[in-house]
Amino acid sequence: MESLRIPILKIGDVLIASIQVALHDASAVQFKDDLLQRIYETKARGLIVDLTAVDVVDSFIGRLISDIASMAGLMGTRVVITGLQPAVAITLVELGLELPQVLTALNLEKGLAALRRQVEEGGDGAG
Amino acid sequence: MAQGKAAVIRSDLDIVIARTLARDTAKTLGFGAIDQARIATAVSELARNIFLYAGTGTVTVREIERTGRKGLEVICEDQGPGIANIELVMRDGYSTSRGMGMGLPGAKRLMDEFEIRSSEGVGTTIICRKWRT
Repeated sequence: MESLRIPILKIGDVLIASIQVALHDASAVQFKDDLLQRIYETKARGLIVDLTAVDVVDSFIGRLISDIASMAGLMGTRVVITGLQPAVAITLVELGLELPQVLTALNLEKGLAALRRQVEEGGDGAG
Repeated sequence: MAQGKAAVIRSDLDIVIARTLARDTAKTLGFGAIDQARIATAVSELARNIFLYAGTGTVTVREIERTGRKGLEVICEDQGPGIANIELVMRDGYSTSRGMGMGLPGAKRLMDEFEIRSSEGVGTTIICRKWRT
């Protein structure tokens, strides 16, 4: 079965992807691969993954988000996760997944601002 | 008492179907948004366990009542290889697959009651419940 593709938008040197559907495992893995490929093609310095419309983040998706942040980081791209719903934040912590290494922001606007600061401070994205 | 609704787990798509069924049932029973997310997340973990370790199985979600309290019960059954050491799989961080070792202990923390019955070569049954506050 063909997996669902999440659109990845480019604005300046930032990529934005908003998850609007219930991701099953294969489409989530496809999403990660697509994101890394787009980062490579566009040389984006920042990536925002918006989860405003996501109502369940289980350990598989939690791990995937953490992987995306680490992998994009290795490529020199800063990642900010935005829009976690209160119920999702609560279940993630209760599940035991606090994602300490992942930068988050309340919404897309604050995420963009955080990304700008990160990119400015980090120069070329290193360190 | 309601018979409940079952989702058959055969693929990763069925994990989404099972957790949607659990969330919808929780919502119908009057659970709040946070408990709906807890129940849906626990079911997602348990359904994935069936898919990863047994290949196929069923997740049944039903309404229950005990001493005047209403709740939701989730029954996960498979005829997979079974769990040799239940104590070990309930330990945080233990994983034999690509997970983070959060699946079973995480699901237990999200629910109010959690029981595992398993015998090697026969299969595993996990029953968990959440009570409405």
